Amino acid sequence: MEIDARSSYCSNETETKVASVTARRRPTQDTKKVNGDYVFRCLTTLFALSILAILALMIYEMTGESMPAIKAFGWKFVSSREWDAVQGNFGALPYLYGSVVSSVLALLLATPLSIGAALFITEVAPGRMGAIVAPLVELLAAIPSVIYGLWGVLVMAPWLQSTVQPFLIEHFGFIPLFQGAPYGVSMLAAIFILMIMVVPIITSITREVLLAVPQSQKEAAIALGATRWETIKIAILPYGKSGILGAAILGLGRAIGETMAVTMVIGNAPNISLSLLSPAYTMPSVIANEFAETTSKLHASALMEIGLILMVVTLVVNALARLLIWSVSRSAKGGAA
Amino acid sequence: MNNKVQLDQVNIHFGKTHAVRDISMTFPENSVTAIIGPSGCGKSTLLRSMNRMHDLVPSARVTGKILVDNGDIYDRSVDPVAIRRRVGMVFQKPNPFPAMSIYDNVIAGYKLNGRLPREEADEIVESCLKRVALWDEVKDRLKSNAMMLSGGQQQRLCIARTIAVKPEVILMDEPASALDPISTLKIEELIEELKERYTIIIVTHNMQQAARVSDYTAFLYMGDLVECGETKKIFTTPEVKRTEDYITGRFG
Repeated sequence: MEIDARSSYCSNETETKVASVTARRRPTQDTKKVNGDYVFRCLTTLFALSILAILALMIYEMTGESMPAIKAFGWKFVSSREWDAVQGNFGALPYLYGSVVSSVLALLLATPLSIGAALFITEVAPGRMGAIVAPLVELLAAIPSVIYGLWGVLVMAPWLQSTVQPFLIEHFGFIPLFQGAPYGVSMLAAIFILMIMVVPIITSITREVLLAVPQSQKEAAIALGATRWETIKIAILPYGKSGILGAAILGLGRAIGETMAVTMVIGNAPNISLSLLSPAYTMPSVIANEFAETTSKLHASALMEIGLILMVVTLVVNALARLLIWSVSRSAKGGAA
Repeated sequence: MNNKVQLDQVNIHFGKTHAVRDISMTFPENSVTAIIGPSGCGKSTLLRSMNRMHDLVPSARVTGKILVDNGDIYDRSVDPVAIRRRVGMVFQKPNPFPAMSIYDNVIAGYKLNGRLPREEADEIVESCLKRVALWDEVKDRLKSNAMMLSGGQQQRLCIARTIAVKPEVILMDEPASALDPISTLKIEELIEELKERYTIIIVTHNMQQAARVSDYTAFLYMGDLVECGETKKIFTTPEVKRTEDYITGRFG
């Protein structure tokens, strides 16, 4: 009855446990089967290791290729704003700045939106509605980013240029964030497109996190006379806090690495400007735009170093997110017992 | 003695399952009533209907009348949230809020009334923890996490959290079944004390516990109320054969 949901949730686990126990206990009379097992284990281990090997190889190669730039510029590479292919002076600061600002601001806008959507799906939506909305949200995550980019540059950017940006300039122009001319393609456009792209990811992970909140926690709040909102506030969100944080960080990782859609709407000008209306540039965009037409070895090496920085940042961000989600799922299991 | 809670032909369905059939009975004020019966007999289901916890389950349907102080709690004009503040509930597994301190757990429900001054909160936390005999054990670490407490302490904390809301009735769903014998004893002593202020309805499948703590006992079997009356009478001279079989351990 009221424990149905929980028991069906648990039964998967117990079933697999039972299955693995019986598999282990099965007497091993047939030696051929044992050999097959051994080969299978070696093969899968090999496949798993090959992923690690590819990662290691990538880091090794990229570091090697970036060596000329690392030697030539050292730390100045990340602090200099000069990017001059003719003179052979390369500094990645504008790209770093563009990537970080666009991703972080997109995340700040997307996270509350995603938490709201996930709460709707898990707690508020009547009857089957949640079951219909949830896969639709996941579907959004599967749309190729070039489609988002196309929509961004053909529909959103002109709309920003004709409506949103003039409005911001007129009414909020006294804030440095909204000064300058309305170009359409801009940091703002990149923030919006990234926001739209990470919302599905954060929403679906947050949904998983919220589903993991034990029924007993919700009941505790409801039995105290909490309304639906109060239950969310005192029982559900605090319980899912670090998992939701992990979801947001995964979204950040996605936003930092996003290339195509951002390249299409950000304007691709290596500015460092406080104004969100001015065009900017990101690390993935500069790699995509310039790699085919590098003028020198150093130029190629500088792009490679940007790639290396990008990869390290993304790896760290993802590892952080996994760690948070892992810690929350572990404490959820321990706390229920 | 006043009848605090009154059931009148209560039926509970989950989809096509008829979990509780036509139960009519009364729960006298300031007393402990135990609901006993074998697993799956509908005792928890019945208990949960008394503070409208079934509202959360879309397939659940409660018919008949459940009166608290002669007011039907399933009346259209009644706000279920208000009912749950008058009829509190303690669950089988201790379920303190893991993200909160001991102090915040006690005050979590009361705080929903609105902003409250610091001194008032302190006072409520102290008096509630004293009433569940937890104060001396935790007074030096009120700000530490509630999950640091033992299972028995957590359950007493949950009871403190429940009485902080100042309910009139406390429903207990096998409150000691997840606890060790000593913690169980403490909970039972606590129930004895709490009945001076509250009307307590406790579900248990431990018959010794029912005999020890309750004034009245109701025996449920397969969704039907088989027999109810004073605990002494139910346990010594039951009228129905099936009750006798159950309490003497012949089935269940």
